[in-house]
Amino acid sequence: MSVLVYINSNNGLHKSAFEAVTYGKKLSGDVTVITSGSADTSTLATLGKYGASKVLVDRSLSGDDDQQLTRIIANAAATSNASAVIFSHDLTAKAVAPRLSVRLKAGLVSGATDIPTADGTVKVNVFSGKAFGSVKVNSAAKIISLLPNSIQPEETGSDCAVEEFNGNAGESKVKVVSTKKPEGEIPLPEAELVVSAGRGLKGPENWGIVEDLAKALGAATACSRPVADIGWRPHHEHVGQTGVAIRPNLYIAAGISGAIQHLAGVNGSKVMVVINTDPEAPFFKAADYGIVGDAFEVLPRLTEAVKKFKNSGH
Amino acid sequence: MKILVCISKSPDTTSKIAFTDNNSKFDENGVQYIVNPYDEWYALVRALEIKETSGGNVTIITVGAATDEAVIRKALAIGADEAVRIDADPTDAYYTAMQIAEYAKSNGFDLVLSGKETINYNGSQVGGMIAEAMDLPFISLASKLDVNGSTLTLEREIAGGLQVVEVNLPAVVSCAKGMAEQRIPNMRGIMAARTKPLQVVAPAAVENLTEFVTYTMPAAKSSCKMIDPNNMDELVELLHNEAKVI
Repeated sequence: MSVLVYINSNNGLHKSAFEAVTYGKKLSGDVTVITSGSADTSTLATLGKYGASKVLVDRSLSGDDDQQLTRIIANAAATSNASAVIFSHDLTAKAVAPRLSVRLKAGLVSGATDIPTADGTVKVNVFSGKAFGSVKVNSAAKIISLLPNSIQPEETGSDCAVEEFNGNAGESKVKVVSTKKPEGEIPLPEAELVVSAGRGLKGPENWGIVEDLAKALGAATACSRPVADIGWRPHHEHVGQTGVAIRPNLYIAAGISGAIQHLAGVNGSKVMVVINTDPEAPFFKAADYGIVGDAFEVLPRLTEAVKKFKNSGH
Repeated sequence: MKILVCISKSPDTTSKIAFTDNNSKFDENGVQYIVNPYDEWYALVRALEIKETSGGNVTIITVGAATDEAVIRKALAIGADEAVRIDADPTDAYYTAMQIAEYAKSNGFDLVLSGKETINYNGSQVGGMIAEAMDLPFISLASKLDVNGSTLTLEREIAGGLQVVEVNLPAVVSCAKGMAEQRIPNMRGIMAARTKPLQVVAPAAVENLTEFVTYTMPAAKSSCKMIDPNNMDELVELLHNEAKVI
Protein backbone atom coordinates (compact mmCIF):
# COMPACT_ATOMS: atom_id res chain seq x y z
CA MET A 1 0.00 0.00 0.00
CA SER A 2 1.28 3.48 -0.90
CA VAL A 3 0.51 6.56 1.11
CA LEU A 4 0.42 10.17 -0.07
CA VAL A 5 0.95 12.97 2.47
CA TYR A 6 -0.07 16.54 1.68
CA ILE A 7 2.14 19.19 3.29
CA ASN A 8 1.47 22.91 3.36
CA SER A 9 4.93 24.44 2.96
CA ASN A 10 3.95 28.03 2.23
CA ASN A 11 5.46 29.23 5.51
CA GLY A 12 8.29 26.73 5.72
CA LEU A 13 7.86 23.35 7.37
CA HIS A 14 6.11 23.12 10.74
CA LYS A 15 6.14 20.31 13.27
CA SER A 16 2.68 19.31 12.00
CA ALA A 17 4.30 18.41 8.65
CA PHE A 18 6.77 16.07 10.36
CA GLU A 19 3.89 14.53 12.31
CA ALA A 20 1.91 13.88 9.12
CA VAL A 21 4.88 12.24 7.36
CA THR A 22 5.65 10.15 10.46
CA TYR A 23 1.99 9.07 10.46
CA GLY A 24 2.26 8.07 6.81
CA LYS A 25 5.40 6.07 7.56
CA LYS A 26 3.56 4.14 10.27
CA LEU A 27 0.96 3.11 7.68
CA SER A 28 3.26 2.21 4.82
CA GLY A 29 6.89 1.82 3.75
CA ASP A 30 6.09 3.77 0.60
CA VAL A 31 5.34 7.40 1.46
CA THR A 32 5.16 10.15 -1.16
CA VAL A 33 4.75 13.78 -0.13
CA ILE A 34 2.89 16.29 -2.32
CA THR A 35 3.32 19.99 -1.64
CA SER A 36 2.54 23.15 -3.52
CA GLY A 37 4.39 25.60 -1.35
CA SER A 38 7.36 27.87 -1.79
CA ALA A 39 9.78 25.99 0.51
CA ASP A 40 13.13 25.33 -1.21
CA THR A 41 14.26 21.92 -2.37
CA SER A 42 16.80 21.30 0.40
CA THR A 43 14.18 22.04 3.06
CA LEU A 44 11.65 19.71 1.43
CA ALA A 45 14.29 16.95 1.18
CA THR A 46 14.46 16.81 5.00
CA LEU A 47 10.99 15.22 4.98
CA GLY A 48 12.88 12.03 4.03
CA LYS A 49 14.14 11.86 7.60
CA TYR A 50 10.59 11.31 8.80
CA GLY A 51 9.90 8.57 6.29
CA ALA A 52 9.12 10.16 2.92
CA SER A 53 10.52 8.20 -0.03
CA LYS A 54 10.02 11.15 -2.35
CA VAL A 55 8.63 14.69 -2.37
CA LEU A 56 6.60 15.96 -5.31
CA VAL A 57 6.37 19.73 -5.56
CA ASP A 58 4.06 21.69 -7.83
CA ARG A 59 5.28 25.28 -7.91
CA SER A 60 2.60 26.55 -10.29
CA LEU A 61 0.25 27.67 -7.51
CA SER A 62 0.50 31.16 -6.15
CA GLY A 63 -2.17 30.81 -3.48
CA ASP A 64 -3.97 28.02 -1.76
CA ASP A 65 -7.08 27.68 -3.89
CA ASP A 66 -8.93 24.63 -2.65
CA GLN A 67 -10.09 23.49 -6.11
CA GLN A 68 -6.58 23.70 -7.55
CA LEU A 69 -5.05 21.94 -4.55
CA THR A 70 -7.65 19.20 -4.81
CA ARG A 71 -6.75 18.58 -8.46
CA ILE A 72 -3.01 18.51 -7.71
CA ILE A 73 -3.40 16.11 -4.79
CA ALA A 74 -5.76 13.86 -6.76
CA ASN A 75 -3.25 13.70 -9.61
CA ALA A 76 -0.39 12.99 -7.21
CA ALA A 77 -2.47 10.22 -5.60
CA ALA A 78 -3.00 8.67 -9.05
CA THR A 79 0.71 9.01 -9.95
CA SER A 80 1.89 7.46 -6.70
CA ASN A 81 -0.85 4.81 -6.65
CA ALA A 82 -1.78 5.90 -3.15
CA SER A 83 -4.62 4.16 -1.35
CA ALA A 84 -4.46 6.58 1.58
CA VAL A 85 -3.95 10.36 1.72
CA ILE A 86 -2.82 12.01 4.96
CA PHE A 87 -3.36 15.66 5.92
CA SER A 88 -2.50 17.60 9.03
CA HIS A 89 -5.91 18.78 10.29
CA ASP A 90 -5.27 22.49 9.71
CA LEU A 91 -7.25 25.17 7.90
CA THR A 92 -6.05 24.00 4.48
CA ALA A 93 -7.07 20.41 5.22
CA LYS A 94 -10.52 21.57 6.34
CA ALA A 95 -11.04 23.14 2.91
CA VAL A 96 -9.32 20.57 0.71
CA ALA A 97 -9.76 17.12 2.32
CA PRO A 98 -13.59 17.09 1.96
CA ARG A 99 -13.28 18.01 -1.74
CA LEU A 100 -10.70 15.28 -2.26
CA SER A 101 -12.98 12.79 -0.50
CA VAL A 102 -15.68 13.40 -3.12
CA ARG A 103 -13.24 13.47 -6.03
CA LEU A 104 -11.56 10.18 -5.06
CA LYS A 105 -14.69 8.71 -3.46
CA ALA A 106 -12.49 8.01 -0.45
CA GLY A 107 -13.91 8.07 3.09
CA LEU A 108 -12.56 10.98 5.12
CA VAL A 109 -11.62 10.67 8.77
CA SER A 110 -11.11 14.18 10.09
CA GLY A 111 -9.37 14.99 13.32
CA ALA A 112 -7.65 11.61 13.84
CA THR A 113 -5.84 11.41 17.17
CA ASP A 114 -3.97 8.16 16.56
CA ILE A 115 -2.88 5.64 13.92
CA PRO A 116 -5.48 3.08 12.78
CA THR A 117 -5.96 0.13 15.14
CA ALA A 118 -5.54 -3.51 14.07
CA ASP A 119 -9.20 -3.67 12.97
CA GLY A 120 -8.65 -0.63 10.72
CA THR A 121 -10.67 1.90 12.70
CA VAL A 122 -9.32 5.37 13.40
CA LYS A 123 -9.89 7.27 16.64
CA VAL A 124 -11.15 10.85 16.38
CA ASN A 125 -12.32 13.54 18.79
CA VAL A 126 -16.10 13.97 18.85
CA PHE A 127 -18.52 16.12 20.84
CA SER A 128 -15.93 18.91 20.88
CA GLY A 129 -13.38 16.82 22.74
CA LYS A 130 -15.82 15.39 25.31
CA ALA A 131 -15.53 11.87 23.80
CA PHE A 132 -13.71 9.79 21.21
CA GLY A 133 -15.23 7.92 18.28
CA SER A 134 -13.76 5.04 16.29
CA VAL A 135 -14.37 5.48 12.58
CA LYS A 136 -14.40 2.69 10.02
CA VAL A 137 -13.81 3.61 6.39
CA ASN A 138 -15.89 1.56 3.95
CA SER A 139 -14.24 2.73 0.73
CA ALA A 140 -11.06 1.16 -0.72
CA ALA A 141 -9.19 4.47 -0.54
CA LYS A 142 -9.16 6.58 2.60
CA ILE A 143 -8.21 10.07 3.68
CA ILE A 144 -7.05 10.78 7.22
CA SER A 145 -6.66 14.29 8.60
CA LEU A 146 -4.44 14.14 11.68
CA LEU A 147 -4.97 16.50 14.64
CA PRO A 148 -1.76 18.41 15.39
CA ASN A 149 0.15 17.29 18.54
CA SER A 150 -1.37 13.79 18.37
CA ILE A 151 1.77 11.81 17.57
CA GLN A 152 5.47 12.55 17.98
CA PRO A 153 7.54 13.08 14.81
CA GLU A 154 10.15 10.32 14.47
CA GLU A 155 13.37 10.70 12.51
CA THR A 156 14.16 7.34 11.01
CA GLY A 157 15.86 8.03 7.66
CA SER A 158 17.78 10.56 5.63
CA ASP A 159 16.98 13.25 3.06
CA CYS A 160 14.94 12.08 0.09
CA ALA A 161 14.56 13.05 -3.55
CA VAL A 162 12.49 16.11 -4.46
CA GLU A 163 10.86 16.12 -7.88
CA GLU A 164 9.06 18.90 -9.72
CA PHE A 165 5.48 17.76 -10.38
CA ASN A 166 2.90 19.10 -12.78
CA GLY A 167 -0.38 18.48 -11.00
CA ASN A 168 -2.56 20.16 -13.66
CA ALA A 169 -3.97 22.59 -11.15
CA GLY A 170 -6.29 24.22 -13.68
CA GLU A 171 -7.89 27.61 -13.18
CA SER A 172 -8.62 29.31 -9.88
CA LYS A 173 -12.05 30.77 -9.26
CA VAL A 174 -10.92 32.55 -6.12
CA LYS A 175 -9.16 35.92 -6.34
CA VAL A 176 -6.96 36.74 -3.36
CA VAL A 177 -7.27 40.45 -2.54
CA SER A 178 -4.97 40.58 0.48
CA THR A 179 -3.33 38.35 3.07
CA LYS A 180 -2.57 39.40 6.63
CA LYS A 181 -0.20 37.29 8.64
CA PRO A 182 0.32 38.04 12.29
CA GLU A 183 4.08 38.14 12.80
CA GLY A 184 6.01 35.91 15.14
CA GLU A 185 2.93 34.23 16.53
CA ILE A 186 2.63 30.48 16.96
CA PRO A 187 -0.57 29.14 15.36
CA LEU A 188 -2.73 28.11 18.31
CA PRO A 189 -3.83 24.65 17.12
CA GLU A 190 -0.18 23.67 16.70
CA ALA A 191 1.18 25.31 19.85
CA GLU A 192 2.77 22.98 22.40
CA LEU A 193 2.51 25.50 25.23
CA VAL A 194 -0.42 27.88 25.66
CA VAL A 195 -1.04 30.60 28.25
CA SER A 196 -4.64 31.73 28.42
CA ALA A 197 -6.64 34.20 30.45
CA GLY A 198 -10.23 35.23 30.99
CA ARG A 199 -12.41 37.89 32.57
CA GLY A 200 -10.47 37.57 35.81
CA LEU A 201 -7.83 39.79 34.18
CA LYS A 202 -10.32 42.69 34.45
CA GLY A 203 -9.30 44.52 31.25
CA PRO A 204 -7.27 44.36 28.04
CA GLU A 205 -4.63 46.69 29.51
CA ASN A 206 -3.68 43.94 31.96
CA TRP A 207 -2.65 41.39 29.33
CA GLY A 208 1.03 42.26 29.70
CA ILE A 209 1.45 39.74 32.52
CA VAL A 210 -0.06 37.01 30.32
CA GLU A 211 2.20 37.91 27.40
CA ASP A 212 5.26 38.05 29.68
CA LEU A 213 4.66 34.49 30.85
CA ALA A 214 3.98 33.31 27.29
CA LYS A 215 7.21 34.93 26.14
CA ALA A 216 9.23 33.40 28.96
CA LEU A 217 7.86 29.95 28.09
CA GLY A 218 7.85 30.37 24.31
CA ALA A 219 4.09 29.79 24.43
CA ALA A 220 1.14 31.02 22.38
CA THR A 221 -1.51 33.19 24.03
CA ALA A 222 -5.21 32.40 24.12
CA CYS A 223 -8.35 33.66 25.85
CA SER A 224 -11.85 32.67 26.92
CA ARG A 225 -14.96 33.49 24.94
CA PRO A 226 -16.27 36.46 26.96
CA VAL A 227 -12.91 38.17 26.58
CA ALA A 228 -12.99 37.81 22.78
CA ASP A 229 -16.67 38.83 22.66
CA ILE A 230 -16.11 42.10 24.50
CA GLY A 231 -13.14 42.81 22.29
CA TRP A 232 -10.34 42.63 24.85
CA ARG A 233 -8.55 40.10 22.67
CA PRO A 234 -8.78 39.14 18.96
CA HIS A 235 -11.28 36.41 18.02
CA HIS A 236 -8.58 34.08 16.70
CA GLU A 237 -7.30 33.71 20.29
CA HIS A 238 -10.64 32.42 21.59
CA VAL A 239 -10.34 28.77 22.61
CA GLY A 240 -13.43 26.75 23.46
CA GLN A 241 -16.40 25.04 21.91
CA THR A 242 -17.17 27.84 19.45
CA GLY A 243 -13.58 29.01 19.10
CA VAL A 244 -10.36 27.16 18.40
CA ALA A 245 -9.87 23.65 19.79
CA ILE A 246 -6.33 23.11 21.04
CA ARG A 247 -4.37 20.19 22.43
CA PRO A 248 -1.05 21.53 23.69
CA ASN A 249 1.30 19.71 26.07
CA LEU A 250 0.74 22.45 28.63
CA TYR A 251 -2.26 24.76 29.05
CA ILE A 252 -2.08 27.46 31.71
CA ALA A 253 -5.38 29.23 32.39
CA ALA A 254 -5.65 32.30 34.60
CA GLY A 255 -8.91 33.93 35.61
CA ILE A 256 -11.05 31.45 33.67
CA SER A 257 -13.74 29.62 35.67
CA GLY A 258 -13.81 26.62 33.31
CA ALA A 259 -17.34 26.48 31.90
CA ILE A 260 -18.11 23.27 30.00
CA GLN A 261 -17.94 25.17 26.69
CA HIS A 262 -14.42 26.37 27.48
CA LEU A 263 -13.31 22.89 28.58
CA ALA A 264 -14.58 21.47 25.27
CA GLY A 265 -11.87 23.42 23.46
CA VAL A 266 -9.00 22.63 25.81
CA ASN A 267 -9.56 19.20 27.34
CA GLY A 268 -7.22 17.65 24.79
CA SER A 269 -4.35 19.37 26.62
CA LYS A 270 -1.92 16.92 28.18
CA VAL A 271 -1.35 18.99 31.34
CA MET A 272 -3.51 21.84 32.62
CA VAL A 273 -2.55 24.45 35.21
CA VAL A 274 -5.39 26.54 36.57
CA ILE A 275 -5.00 29.82 38.46
CA ASN A 276 -8.16 31.23 40.03
CA THR A 277 -9.11 33.24 43.10
CA ASP A 278 -12.19 31.07 43.60
CA PRO A 279 -11.31 27.66 45.09
CA GLU A 280 -14.73 26.41 43.90
CA ALA A 281 -14.05 27.26 40.21
CA PRO A 282 -15.14 24.22 38.13
CA PHE A 283 -11.87 24.36 36.19
CA PHE A 284 -9.97 22.88 39.16
CA LYS A 285 -11.84 19.59 38.60
CA ALA A 286 -10.26 19.28 35.15
CA ALA A 287 -6.83 20.63 36.12
CA ASP A 288 -3.64 18.73 36.92
CA TYR A 289 -2.14 21.57 38.97
CA GLY A 290 -4.17 24.25 40.69
CA ILE A 291 -3.26 27.53 42.31
CA VAL A 292 -5.84 29.39 44.36
CA GLY A 293 -4.63 32.93 44.08
CA ASP A 294 -4.79 36.26 42.33
CA ALA A 295 -3.57 36.11 38.72
CA PHE A 296 -2.06 39.59 39.15
CA GLU A 297 0.31 38.17 41.77
CA VAL A 298 0.69 34.58 40.61
CA LEU A 299 1.42 35.19 36.90
CA PRO A 300 4.40 37.53 37.46
CA ARG A 301 5.78 35.13 40.08
CA LEU A 302 5.41 32.22 37.68
CA THR A 303 7.11 34.25 34.93
CA GLU A 304 10.06 34.91 37.24
CA ALA A 305 10.25 31.24 38.21
CA VAL A 306 10.20 30.21 34.53
CA LYS A 307 12.96 32.74 33.70
CA LYS A 308 15.07 31.44 36.57
CA PHE A 309 14.52 27.88 35.33
CA LYS A 310 15.47 28.81 31.75
CA ASN A 311 18.54 30.74 32.90
CA SER A 312 19.74 27.73 34.83
CA GLY A 313 20.44 26.03 31.53
CA HIS A 314 17.10 24.37 30.65
CA MET B 1 -30.58 35.97 -4.50
CA LYS B 2 -31.51 32.40 -3.61
CA ILE B 3 -29.62 31.18 -0.55
CA LEU B 4 -29.52 27.62 0.77
CA VAL B 5 -28.42 27.25 4.40
CA CYS B 6 -27.41 23.76 5.56
CA ILE B 7 -28.37 23.12 9.15
CA SER B 8 -27.69 20.24 11.45
CA LYS B 9 -28.98 19.46 14.91
CA SER B 10 -26.58 19.14 17.79
CA PRO B 11 -27.02 18.46 21.48
CA ASP B 12 -27.29 21.57 23.63
CA THR B 13 -23.78 22.60 24.66
CA THR B 14 -24.47 21.71 28.30
CA SER B 15 -25.73 18.18 27.48
CA LYS B 16 -24.24 15.23 29.26
CA ILE B 17 -22.44 13.08 26.69
CA ALA B 18 -23.07 9.34 27.05
CA PHE B 19 -23.43 6.32 24.78
CA THR B 20 -25.69 3.24 24.58
CA ASP B 21 -25.96 -0.06 22.64
CA ASN B 22 -22.49 -1.24 23.59
CA ASN B 23 -21.13 2.28 23.16
CA SER B 24 -22.11 2.31 19.49
CA LYS B 25 -24.77 5.03 19.67
CA PHE B 26 -25.08 8.47 21.21
CA ASP B 27 -27.44 8.32 24.18
CA GLU B 28 -30.26 10.72 23.32
CA ASN B 29 -32.01 10.17 26.62
CA GLY B 30 -32.77 13.57 28.13
CA VAL B 31 -30.81 15.41 25.45
CA GLN B 32 -32.16 18.72 24.24
CA TYR B 33 -31.33 19.33 20.58
CA ILE B 34 -30.53 22.76 19.18
CA VAL B 35 -29.62 24.06 15.74
CA ASN B 36 -25.86 23.58 15.48
CA PRO B 37 -24.55 26.98 16.69
CA TYR B 38 -22.28 27.61 13.68
CA ASP B 39 -25.16 26.90 11.29
CA GLU B 40 -27.56 29.11 13.21
CA TRP B 41 -25.55 32.03 14.58
CA TYR B 42 -23.37 32.56 11.57
CA ALA B 43 -24.67 30.92 8.38
CA LEU B 44 -28.41 31.42 8.87
CA VAL B 45 -28.25 34.90 10.40
CA ARG B 46 -25.88 36.17 7.68
CA ALA B 47 -28.19 34.73 5.01
CA LEU B 48 -31.11 36.61 6.58
CA GLU B 49 -29.09 39.84 6.70
CA ILE B 50 -28.25 39.51 2.99
CA LYS B 51 -31.91 38.90 2.20
CA GLU B 52 -32.94 41.95 4.26
CA THR B 53 -30.57 44.27 2.36
CA SER B 54 -30.65 42.82 -1.16
CA GLY B 55 -33.85 40.77 -1.25
CA GLY B 56 -34.20 37.11 -2.13
CA ASN B 57 -35.14 33.91 -0.41
CA VAL B 58 -33.55 31.81 2.33
CA THR B 59 -34.18 28.06 2.33
CA ILE B 60 -32.84 25.85 5.09
CA ILE B 61 -32.03 22.23 4.42
CA THR B 62 -31.29 19.37 6.77
CA VAL B 63 -30.86 15.63 6.44
CA GLY B 64 -32.72 13.96 9.27
CA ALA B 65 -35.79 12.21 10.68
CA ALA B 66 -39.28 13.63 11.32
CA THR B 67 -38.26 14.11 14.96
CA ASP B 68 -35.84 16.82 13.80
CA GLU B 69 -38.69 19.08 12.74
CA ALA B 70 -38.62 20.92 16.09
CA VAL B 71 -35.10 22.05 15.28
CA ILE B 72 -36.17 22.99 11.73
CA ARG B 73 -39.06 25.10 13.10
CA LYS B 74 -36.60 26.91 15.33
CA ALA B 75 -34.51 27.90 12.32
CA LEU B 76 -37.70 29.01 10.55
CA ALA B 77 -38.62 31.08 13.63
CA ILE B 78 -35.36 32.96 13.31
CA GLY B 79 -36.49 34.00 9.84
CA ALA B 80 -35.81 31.46 7.08
CA ASP B 81 -38.56 31.43 4.43
CA GLU B 82 -38.89 27.71 3.88
CA ALA B 83 -37.35 24.40 4.84
CA VAL B 84 -36.39 21.14 3.19
CA ARG B 85 -35.85 17.92 5.09
CA ILE B 86 -34.16 15.03 3.32
CA ASP B 87 -35.74 12.06 5.04
CA ALA B 88 -32.65 10.02 5.97
CA ASP B 89 -30.22 9.31 8.78
CA PRO B 90 -27.15 11.59 8.44
CA THR B 91 -24.53 9.21 9.84
CA ASP B 92 -21.82 9.94 7.27
CA ALA B 93 -20.63 13.33 6.02
CA TYR B 94 -20.31 12.15 2.40
CA TYR B 95 -23.82 10.72 2.41
CA THR B 96 -25.21 13.91 3.93
CA ALA B 97 -23.33 16.21 1.54
CA MET B 98 -24.39 14.24 -1.54
CA GLN B 99 -28.05 14.49 -0.48
CA ILE B 100 -27.80 18.26 -0.11
CA ALA B 101 -25.79 18.67 -3.34
CA GLU B 102 -28.41 16.65 -5.23
CA TYR B 103 -31.17 18.97 -4.02
CA ALA B 104 -29.11 22.14 -4.55
CA LYS B 105 -28.20 21.17 -8.14
CA SER B 106 -31.78 20.65 -9.19
CA ASN B 107 -33.10 23.78 -7.46
CA GLY B 108 -30.59 26.42 -8.59
CA PHE B 109 -29.16 28.34 -5.63
CA ASP B 110 -26.78 31.31 -5.89
CA LEU B 111 -25.17 30.74 -2.55
CA VAL B 112 -24.90 27.69 -0.28
CA LEU B 113 -23.91 28.37 3.34
CA SER B 114 -23.01 26.01 6.15
CA GLY B 115 -21.50 26.39 9.60
CA LYS B 116 -17.77 25.72 9.89
CA GLU B 117 -18.42 22.41 11.66
CA THR B 118 -20.97 20.75 13.93
CA ILE B 119 -20.25 20.75 17.63
CA ASN B 120 -20.99 17.02 17.89
CA TYR B 121 -18.89 15.54 15.10
CA ASN B 122 -16.54 18.49 14.46
CA GLY B 123 -15.75 17.08 11.02
CA SER B 124 -15.77 20.29 8.95
CA GLN B 125 -16.58 18.09 5.97
CA VAL B 126 -20.03 18.71 4.52
CA GLY B 127 -19.49 22.20 3.02
CA GLY B 128 -16.39 21.24 1.04
CA MET B 129 -18.01 18.02 -0.13
CA ILE B 130 -21.06 19.88 -1.45
CA ALA B 131 -18.77 22.31 -3.28
CA GLU B 132 -16.83 19.50 -4.96
CA ALA B 133 -20.00 17.65 -5.93
CA MET B 134 -21.32 20.86 -7.53
CA ASP B 135 -17.92 21.90 -8.96
CA LEU B 136 -18.17 25.25 -7.17
CA PRO B 137 -15.54 27.28 -5.31
CA PHE B 138 -15.57 26.74 -1.55
CA ILE B 139 -14.56 29.43 0.91
CA SER B 140 -14.00 27.72 4.22
CA LEU B 141 -14.11 29.32 7.67
CA ALA B 142 -15.22 32.72 6.43
CA SER B 143 -15.60 35.34 9.16
CA LYS B 144 -17.02 38.04 6.87
CA LEU B 145 -19.17 37.90 3.74
CA ASP B 146 -20.33 40.82 1.60
CA VAL B 147 -22.29 40.68 -1.63
CA ASN B 148 -21.69 43.12 -4.51
CA GLY B 149 -23.92 42.09 -7.42
CA SER B 150 -22.68 38.67 -8.46
CA THR B 151 -19.40 38.91 -6.58
CA LEU B 152 -18.75 37.89 -2.98
CA THR B 153 -16.02 39.49 -0.90
CA LEU B 154 -15.03 37.32 2.01
CA GLU B 155 -12.60 37.31 4.85
CA ARG B 156 -11.36 33.91 5.89
CA GLU B 157 -8.86 32.33 8.21
CA ILE B 158 -5.92 30.63 6.56
CA ALA B 159 -3.00 28.89 8.25
CA GLY B 160 -1.67 31.59 10.57
CA GLY B 161 -3.51 34.60 9.17
CA LEU B 162 -6.47 36.27 7.55
CA GLN B 163 -7.16 36.51 3.85
CA VAL B 164 -9.58 38.66 1.88
CA VAL B 165 -10.81 36.92 -1.27
CA GLU B 166 -13.30 37.56 -4.05
CA VAL B 167 -15.34 34.92 -5.78
CA ASN B 168 -18.18 34.95 -8.27
CA LEU B 169 -21.53 33.36 -7.52
CA PRO B 170 -22.54 30.60 -7.30
CA ALA B 171 -20.32 29.50 -4.42
CA VAL B 172 -20.29 27.49 -1.20
CA VAL B 173 -19.16 29.16 2.04
CA SER B 174 -18.61 27.70 5.52
CA CYS B 175 -19.23 30.29 8.21
CA ALA B 176 -17.24 30.93 11.37
CA LYS B 177 -17.35 33.41 14.21
CA GLY B 178 -17.43 37.07 13.22
CA MET B 179 -19.84 36.62 10.32
CA ALA B 180 -22.99 37.62 12.23
CA GLU B 181 -24.48 37.93 15.70
CA GLN B 182 -26.85 35.40 17.22
CA ARG B 183 -30.54 36.30 16.92
CA ILE B 184 -33.18 35.28 19.43
CA PRO B 185 -36.47 34.41 17.70
CA ASN B 186 -39.39 36.61 18.77
CA MET B 187 -42.97 35.48 19.37
CA ARG B 188 -44.07 36.62 15.89
CA GLY B 189 -41.28 34.56 14.31
CA ILE B 190 -42.20 31.53 16.37
CA MET B 191 -45.88 31.80 15.37
CA ALA B 192 -45.03 32.37 11.69
CA ALA B 193 -42.67 29.39 11.68
CA ARG B 194 -45.57 27.01 12.34
CA THR B 195 -47.07 27.63 8.93
CA LYS B 196 -43.96 28.13 6.79
CA PRO B 197 -43.50 25.47 4.07
CA LEU B 198 -41.51 22.39 5.07
CA GLN B 199 -40.89 20.06 2.19
CA VAL B 200 -39.90 16.45 2.85
CA VAL B 201 -37.72 14.91 0.13
CA ALA B 202 -36.85 11.23 -0.31
CA PRO B 203 -33.09 10.59 -0.22
CA ALA B 204 -31.03 9.84 -3.32
CA ALA B 205 -29.22 6.47 -3.51
CA VAL B 206 -25.79 7.22 -2.04
CA GLU B 207 -23.46 4.98 -0.06
CA ASN B 208 -21.88 5.75 3.32
CA LEU B 209 -18.11 6.05 2.99
CA THR B 210 -17.51 6.01 6.74
CA GLU B 211 -19.24 4.88 9.91
CA PHE B 212 -18.71 5.35 13.62
CA VAL B 213 -18.40 1.91 15.17
CA THR B 214 -17.75 2.71 18.84
CA TYR B 215 -17.40 5.64 21.19
CA THR B 216 -15.29 6.00 24.31
CA MET B 217 -15.11 8.58 27.06
CA PRO B 218 -11.75 10.09 28.00
CA ALA B 219 -10.09 8.63 31.10
CA ALA B 220 -11.06 10.50 34.26
CA LYS B 221 -8.49 13.05 35.40
CA SER B 222 -6.64 12.22 38.58
CA SER B 223 -7.24 14.81 41.24
CA CYS B 224 -5.76 18.26 40.93
CA LYS B 225 -2.50 18.92 42.81
CA MET B 226 -2.76 22.24 44.64
CA ILE B 227 0.32 24.47 44.68
CA ASP B 228 1.08 27.28 47.13
CA PRO B 229 0.61 30.60 45.24
CA ASN B 230 3.85 31.83 46.82
CA ASN B 231 5.85 28.88 45.54
CA MET B 232 5.96 29.07 41.76
CA ASP B 233 9.41 27.45 41.74
CA GLU B 234 7.67 24.28 42.92
CA LEU B 235 5.21 24.46 40.01
CA VAL B 236 8.03 24.92 37.48
CA GLU B 237 9.88 22.00 39.06
CA LEU B 238 6.77 19.78 38.82
CA LEU B 239 6.08 20.80 35.22
CA HIS B 240 9.66 19.89 34.37
CA ASN B 241 10.28 16.72 36.38
CA GLU B 242 6.83 15.26 36.98
CA ALA B 243 4.68 16.36 34.04
CA LYS B 244 7.70 16.68 31.71
CA VAL B 245 6.07 19.41 29.62
CA ILE B 246 8.73 22.13 29.91
